[in-house]
Amino acid sequence: MYVAVKGGERAIENSRRLLAEERRGDTSVPEVTLAQIDEQLSLAVDRVMTEGSLYDRELAALAVKQARGDLIEAIFLLRAYRTTLPRFGYAEPLDTVAMQVRRRISATYKDLPGGQVLGPTFDYTLRLLDFDLAAADNAPEAEAADAPLEGGMPRVTDILGHGGLIEPEEPRDEQEVGDLTRDPLRFPAERDVRLQSLARGDEGFLLSLGYSTQRGYGKNHPFAGEIRLGELAVEFVPEELGFPIEIGEITVTECQMVNQFQGSATEPAKFTRGYGLTFGHCERKAMAMALVDRSLRAEELGEQAKAPAQDQEFVLYHADNVEASGFTQHLKLPHYVDFQAELVMVRRMRETAANNAARNDDFEEAAD
Amino acid sequence: MSTAQGYNFAYLDEQTKRMIRRAILKAVAIPGYQVPFGSREMPLPYGWGTGGIQVTAAILGPDDTLKVIDQGADDTTNAVNIRSFFQKTAGMATTDRTREASIIQTRHRIPETPLVEGQIMVYQVPIPEPLRWLEPREGETRKMHGLAEYGVMQVKLYEDIAHYGHISTAYDYPVRVNGRYVMSPSPIPKFDNPKMDNSPALQLFGAGREKRIYAIPPYTRVESLDFEDHPFQIESWDQACAICGSADSYLDEIVTDDKGGRMFVCSDTDYCGERVAAGHTGEEQAA
Amino acid sequence: MTETLLAGLADPTLDSQRVFRAALDALSRPGRAVDLPDVLPDGAPAPLMPATAALALALFDYETPVWLDPEADRLAVRDWLRFHCGCPLVADKAQARFAILAGPLDALDGFAAGSDAYPDHSATLLVQVAGLSEGAAHRLTGPGIELEETMQINGLPDDFAALWERNRGLFPRGIDLFLADGARLIGLPRTTRIERKEA
Repeated sequence: MYVAVKGGERAIENSRRLLAEERRGDTSVPEVTLAQIDEQLSLAVDRVMTEGSLYDRELAALAVKQARGDLIEAIFLLRAYRTTLPRFGYAEPLDTVAMQVRRRISATYKDLPGGQVLGPTFDYTLRLLDFDLAAADNAPEAEAADAPLEGGMPRVTDILGHGGLIEPEEPRDEQEVGDLTRDPLRFPAERDVRLQSLARGDEGFLLSLGYSTQRGYGKNHPFAGEIRLGELAVEFVPEELGFPIEIGEITVTECQMVNQFQGSATEPAKFTRGYGLTFGHCERKAMAMALVDRSLRAEELGEQAKAPAQDQEFVLYHADNVEASGFTQHLKLPHYVDFQAELVMVRRMRETAANNAARNDDFEEAAD
Repeated sequence: MSTAQGYNFAYLDEQTKRMIRRAILKAVAIPGYQVPFGSREMPLPYGWGTGGIQVTAAILGPDDTLKVIDQGADDTTNAVNIRSFFQKTAGMATTDRTREASIIQTRHRIPETPLVEGQIMVYQVPIPEPLRWLEPREGETRKMHGLAEYGVMQVKLYEDIAHYGHISTAYDYPVRVNGRYVMSPSPIPKFDNPKMDNSPALQLFGAGREKRIYAIPPYTRVESLDFEDHPFQIESWDQACAICGSADSYLDEIVTDDKGGRMFVCSDTDYCGERVAAGHTGEEQAA
Repeated sequence: MTETLLAGLADPTLDSQRVFRAALDALSRPGRAVDLPDVLPDGAPAPLMPATAALALALFDYETPVWLDPEADRLAVRDWLRFHCGCPLVADKAQARFAILAGPLDALDGFAAGSDAYPDHSATLLVQVAGLSEGAAHRLTGPGIELEETMQINGLPDDFAALWERNRGLFPRGIDLFLADGARLIGLPRTTRIERKEA
């Protein structure tokens, strides 16, 4: 006799326990600590903070641990936590000139004030598996510079700006900066909201979109004007004080792309900008973001917007991996009611088609 | 009341609830219109009912009794998950019984037991825009709704008739609300569409990922789109439910072996159980 | 601040939920009066009625600019709203998401009615009246009403049905109303058709 399936609740509880056991793995292997994740998987932590929109290394490390290293799952965990946090207000804008720079490179000038600072990067490594790393007693050391880098390193775009060669970047007056976590996207979206969406957007998605612009789908002639990595103070003005106080220090990666603009009837040729900024050290993401930021400016710069990377609705509606992952994976949920509706429909359509064919045969026979 | 430590009653903070409540009031005032709202990340994935959960979390209180169904059943994984979320965060009284519930959150079905005044249906909606398959751009569809320009939808349905002899949409079948807005009823089978029309219950729809809330007030006209020469029709089965013998409920098809063996049972498990308790039997029971 | 501030909701979470549900019920069943729960330990700051004050506490916050008519625009009311709701008080009624009218309602013009694309960007008016059970009788039909509803209001202008009909003609744009009398509330969404019943 058929009995409707029961026991969903217990099955789910068991599944959760299995997950917890799998997460821990073999208990004879020491459990990974949050400090280890923070220190040794620091780029994973950086990505989770960036796309999770929350700067907290310890929570991000916890999310990575809880998600078993699945970074999109970790980003989701952090976002769901972030949304429950009360808001005290908005920090003052960051001035990246004031950054304590650890890395700063430009592809547009051989040398420039402040110099090229390579810093920690994979760029100059040979991608050979390092079997020494398989051992657990590594303690490499790097030589420290004689003196710290001077602060106030000028940005390449500012240098270009002195000659009027690049469009100026002016803050919009009086208008409040948008927040898409409070007000859903509306189109056309302003650049503030677009940048917020890109900063939260999936690195892989933006990487591929940025790449597509380099291959001719919305070409915008990019040069890596400057990439810089370092530490910045965050300031906040409490209502009751009325002046800014420093509330902490964060690491950020900034990328300024310099792009060609051929000019128009009213404007002479000049360079334009694409901007990328991430928490921590997310260089690939910052560069992809800058490429896509520039391509999304196509319309305001009078360029034809035909490529996917230039299409605001396409890019902004699909960049968020928490949304995309949820909706893709919801296909695992039962759909048997709708499938049954389709079954009934398909059977009915086949019946109609068979009847029509039979009628046609009769008709032809009658005609013979 | 026992609620989860460290979180507010029903998970959402009070400001978020106020924002959602204001959106719900506007949705009720403009039946069928999709109100944008600042949807929050929930501890369940997008696409798994986050819109419905946010709506339910914003309306429910300690006096409510909550029923959660997915595919008509209370015991499917999604329904179990969402019910336990509200038990944990709001200490809610829950029920499987349609008659006992003051709030029913659902995915893909409307209960067979007729709803009554004072009940609230909360639908989980994946794609709230009924015109999305015909026009992918939000900017465009918003204009079409603004001007009530629904010609593309009529053309699509008519092309179906030309091709197949009938309209090929089996679920998420578009409706027109109070003679104005064309609306997605959520992916319920079209079998359930007529239950929306003039329902004594308030019907609320939440789309979390797409950040939209919409509503049908009680006693509001809801018509499934059709043509005079091709009137709207619902699914029907030659079989009755094998368990309770119901001949007018929506049936799930259960595959019993790999040789084409099938049986049909009610998708609404509460309705089916209630009928069995009242002494009705189907083939399977009788055998 | 010259007087002591009256208290807000004793239980902000559960009280605002109860008030909201009453408001939702009122708006879903136009014309049917709903009793709001008593949630104000010290009462409402004059001239606000308990229903108006309870709705304000449940629905207003920093995201909702509020406009007060001259009758409601008193220091005690402003202080109370600012402290408990944190809502901006605006002088331009077109900017208001909510408005409180404690004096006579003479026009619905000037409030935001939304746009065709975003008809939800419209004002909700909380209008205090002298009575919800006597006065001019109106016949109500529309969404939320099974057949018809009779609404008696004391304290609305004689041409209210005509004013309202103009608002209804804007659909999907339009403003929405709550009528308050003491702790009772009637909801009038923009879809409700109102006809004056001849006495």
